[in-house]
Amino acid sequence: MKHIQTINKANLSATAKKGGCGKCQASCQSACKTSCTVGNQKCANEDNR
Amino acid sequence: MIHKFKAKDVNILLDVNSGGVHVIDDITYDMLDYVEPPFDAECPKDVKAKLSDRYSAEEIEETYKEIVELYNEKLLFSDDVYGDFAETKVESPIKAMCLHIAHDCNLRCKYCFASTGDFGTGRKLMPFSVGKQAIDFLLEKSVGRENLELDFFGGEPLMNWDVVKQIVEYARSKEEEYGKKFRFTITTNGMLLDDEKIDYINKEMSNVVLSIDGRKEVNDRMRVKVDGTGCYDRIVKNYKKLVEKRGDKEYYVRGTYTNYNLDFSEDVMHLYKQGFDQVSVEPVMEDESVEYAITEKDLDKIYAEYDKLVDKIANIKKNGGFINFFHFMIDLDQGPCVIKRLRGCGSGNEYVAITPDGDIYPCHQFVGHEEYKMGNLEEGTFNTDIKKEFAGCHVYSKPSCRDCWAKFYCSGGCNANNYIYNGDIHKAYELSCKIMRKRLECAILTKVCEQLDR
Repeated sequence: MKHIQTINKANLSATAKKGGCGKCQASCQSACKTSCTVGNQKCANEDNR
Repeated sequence: MIHKFKAKDVNILLDVNSGGVHVIDDITYDMLDYVEPPFDAECPKDVKAKLSDRYSAEEIEETYKEIVELYNEKLLFSDDVYGDFAETKVESPIKAMCLHIAHDCNLRCKYCFASTGDFGTGRKLMPFSVGKQAIDFLLEKSVGRENLELDFFGGEPLMNWDVVKQIVEYARSKEEEYGKKFRFTITTNGMLLDDEKIDYINKEMSNVVLSIDGRKEVNDRMRVKVDGTGCYDRIVKNYKKLVEKRGDKEYYVRGTYTNYNLDFSEDVMHLYKQGFDQVSVEPVMEDESVEYAITEKDLDKIYAEYDKLVDKIANIKKNGGFINFFHFMIDLDQGPCVIKRLRGCGSGNEYVAITPDGDIYPCHQFVGHEEYKMGNLEEGTFNTDIKKEFAGCHVYSKPSCRDCWAKFYCSGGCNANNYIYNGDIHKAYELSCKIMRKRLECAILTKVCEQLDR
């Protein structure tokens, strides 16, 4: 494409089908109030990688 | 829903519901102000009219077709199909716990959320009997979850060190019987770190959070001993030793920035130069009337400071160095599933905090807020209505989150923050939201620049 460059082929809707196993980290590392993001976590389910 | 922003000569476009990230040129950036589904076969006349003073007819048509192509591939203007999951995947087993090993502290940090360590309830240490009950409670409530997390917190957990070790030993002794794997973390102010504790922490703790605010004068203004003097010299020495011996295991040095150090990128760089390459700094959350509190009028400076951090970090990497800034970590390709993203930290549902008296709360920030006390281990009580309330607290139950482009990265922010400032766990605290959105833009920008090698 000339005007748009796609950086990633993320497809969040696909993760809904296999998701919700609960293996990933829950806490915010108990160190903070405002850094409760999941943007930096990894899926811990090896089957989903 | 889309979000577009300009930074460092790059135009970035995020498609919220797919997670797709695109780099776009100026004409696409401008056109996106005027178009949305449903799309026509050709660019509508009114859109052409709005752009024809700046761009050629050919470019306009080309760009429109590319937007439509991405839409058809479900990478742009993709649908929000997640509302149902928010309702159906509501309750989960408890799988993480924060133990307040000590409601006491050997520092008197001025911004302490725990009223300098005792949460206003009197200084006390958690007896091993309560720690044991907490582990048993977690084992019982975690059916279906193999990985369990235990955070040693406080106050200052090192003040009750023997109990920390006893709890670790007890938890480990139950792993095989229950088919569990414990992952321990500890947060410390560093004052009591000696060789024995350092070696034990490096052996048993998967992650350790080392509290320090940055430059000495910044740190020592807020993080003071009982006699009012600063703690920097002692803790920096201890932290260096711990990190040197830690190898590849995770850790963070973690600081709090206030109105007194809005130039906090200097503190991040200071910590990096001390040899710490895993750094997090967070804004203090405090009532606006307090002198060091961060308020709306500080936002422009804060935004500029995160921009400076992006550049400073890029420079470090360009020169072959390495630094991991916590809030700029983002995974654009994998990351957690959307189910996880609906809810974030899991407080009150998957994660609870336990006080030295065995009281159960949704997380450490709720301790002392009696209306959210969930029960007590000794009494054997546990309020599942509160658990359900937290399970139902997600980006679709929070009105301002539903329409926010950052929702699947932020996951609704901090429920405690929402409660403390807005009186309702479903009401996002806008000041936090603004800082969060800026940080996310910086994180996405950093990732994009890395991939484009800029």
